[in-house]
Parts: sequence; C-alpha cells; structure tokens
Amino acid sequence: MHEMSLCEDIIETAQEQASIQRYSSVKSIRLEIGRLSCVEPEAMRFAFDAVARNTIAEGAKLLIDEIPGRGWCSHCEAEVEINQRYDACPICEFYPLEIRQGDVMRIKDMEVE
Amino acid sequence: MCTVCGCGETEDHEHPHGHHHDHHGHSHDHDYGRGEAGVHVAGLTQSRLVTIEQDILAKNNGYAAANRRHFAEHGILALNLVSSPGAGKTTLLTKTIEALDGAFPVSVIEGDQQTANDAERIRATGVKAVQINTGKGCHLDGHMVGHAIDDLTPENRSLLFIENVGNLVCPAAFDLGEAHKVVILSVTEGEDKPLKYPDMFHAADLMILNKTDLLPYLDFDLEACIGHARRVNPGIKILQLSATSGEGMESWLGWIRTAREFALIGAE
Repeated sequence: MHEMSLCEDIIETAQEQASIQRYSSVKSIRLEIGRLSCVEPEAMRFAFDAVARNTIAEGAKLLIDEIPGRGWCSHCEAEVEINQRYDACPICEFYPLEIRQGDVMRIKDMEVE
Repeated sequence: MCTVCGCGETEDHEHPHGHHHDHHGHSHDHDYGRGEAGVHVAGLTQSRLVTIEQDILAKNNGYAAANRRHFAEHGILALNLVSSPGAGKTTLLTKTIEALDGAFPVSVIEGDQQTANDAERIRATGVKAVQINTGKGCHLDGHMVGHAIDDLTPENRSLLFIENVGNLVCPAAFDLGEAHKVVILSVTEGEDKPLKYPDMFHAADLMILNKTDLLPYLDFDLEACIGHARRVNPGIKILQLSATSGEGMESWLGWIRTAREFALIGAE
C-alpha cells in the first residue's frame, strides 16, 4: 500500500505550497496517473481521505486523470495502446515496445482558498 | 473545480488555469463577488487554481539524489535488495559477507516492518548493521535511508547492502540512491512472478534465482521464468545460485566486485 506514503507526500507538497502561493485550505487536488505506473487509482483515493484528515487538505477531492499507456513498435513503426509494460504490439505481436506514454505520476494542480 | 461559479463537472473542467481567479476579465468567473447573488462579501476567501506540475515521487527522488551523491563521493557501492518475504535475502547476505571474508568493508541497512532479528543475524557475521522498522510502512524510502546512513556511517570505498522490506510491489517505486536494485526470486515461488510483479523486475538490474539446490524437488520452469523476466526487462542480468549450498555464489561475488570497480571511479 505505497499509495499511502505517496498521499503523504502529496499533502506535504500542498502544505509547503500554502505559504508560497498563499492559501489556507485545499478544495481539490488533480493528479495524472499513468496506467503503466505503479499506482492503483482506487487505492490512492482510499488512502487520500485517511491521510488528509487534520491537514490543510481535509475533505479535499482527489481528482485523477488516468493516462493511457502507449508504446512504439519498432517493427511495424506504429504507436499502439498498451495496458501493461510488457504488452506485445497488438498488430504484429512484436515486443518489447518502447514506452511512449503512461508511466507518469504527477500532481497537476490544486484548487485552493 | 469551480465550486462557486458552478462551471460544470470537475472531470471535464478544461479551461486554462494557473492564474489567479480573483482577477477580473476572466470570462469563466470564479470571483465570489460575481456569483449568483452578485455581491462581494468582505473577508470571504476566494477559490482559485494553482499549478503544481510536480512528480509525486519528487520528494523521495530528492532524498535519493542526496544519498546517491554521498555514495558517489565516498566510493560506496550501494545495492538495494528486494524480494518477496522468505526468498532468502538475509541468508544470501550472511553467506555473501562470509564469502567476501573482509576483502573490503561491508555494512547493512535492514528494513522490516517489525523486529531487529535480521540486523542481529547480520551483526553476528561481524559487520555493521542498522535496523529500520517501517511499522506499517511496506517499503524503505530515500529519507529513511539517509538517516540510516548517518547512523551507520559506512566507510569510504565500502559495500552497503540495503535489504528492503519483503514485498515485490511497493519498493519498486522508491529510489533509495542505490547503484542497482537486485531482485531475488526463489525457485520455490512461481515462475510467473516477473509477469505478476512487472514493476519490480523492470526496475531491477540483476535478478538472482535463489535456492536452486531445491530445483530437483520442484516443478519450477526455469526457462519460462527467465523468459518472463526478459520480457519485462530485456536488459536484466540473471544469476542462478543457492546461498545455502554455495552453488553459483562465485558469479554473484564476481558481479559485486565488478559493480564495486565502477563505484570506485572518481571517488575519494
């Protein structure tokens, strides 16, 4: 359940930014989570509410934009959608594919007051 | 999310942000004073969006970078040993330390949720060890390891083993500043572990197949296991050994010596 410690880091970031960007509460936090990253969005949502308690982000909404996985097949020279890091090309079954998108884990923005 | 102006569902909210919404001239108004009632209530705070654009792991990566700098400056080879519980990490470590026989200084950071049992097993071999108990935590992180380095003070030009919490999921994401992740898979586990836990096998530079002395008694498909590991990580190096019988240990020691030569380049 590493999502718990990732949520702690997210909230720490929200707290650090509070004095820089001058806000006193966080209403929502938007993340980008790639399908090929090691994060399970459901586990993230579950952990977030617990970790946010008694912090600047108490009650904040966690919004997760899931980013599809995309890989480049050097055999058929096409970019294809993949769900796993080790997926073969759906066109020609060649692997490994070069990961082009989907391993991101990023805090995009926050709605604050 | 514009809770005040009610501009729609949060997931579809796409107009450009990163500026202060309490400024005027924004067609899509977030100013409380321009809300439905059309009045501005003095002292009422105003909702706005701030851009962060930061990797969630940025904090951990910062700590890991500081550890890595420390290792590089002091010629310390740091290896992060990961596996499921019971794959034989601690036995491999004690046998490795005995086989190296003091050729260069060795120290160990032991990560477990509870107990100092593993650190005690390591200290019994005569090398320095520090135990980190993560409590409910399922992995070591860069910050914990930084503090452990302060306590342990590994010698210059030494070898530092970091034995992570037994877990093939969480430790994959957390860089500790190590030169290499070494994943240990025992042949008593399934040969499909690399496919079940691809993040870990993708993150590792070396896979050790341990407990090979048990192969005659098991229905373990060695070729399939190696194929699965290479499918997830085409560049992964693979060694087969038995820490208990000693078979294959020399290749592992050779790998350590070679990795250490690299770690010494440019060090004090």
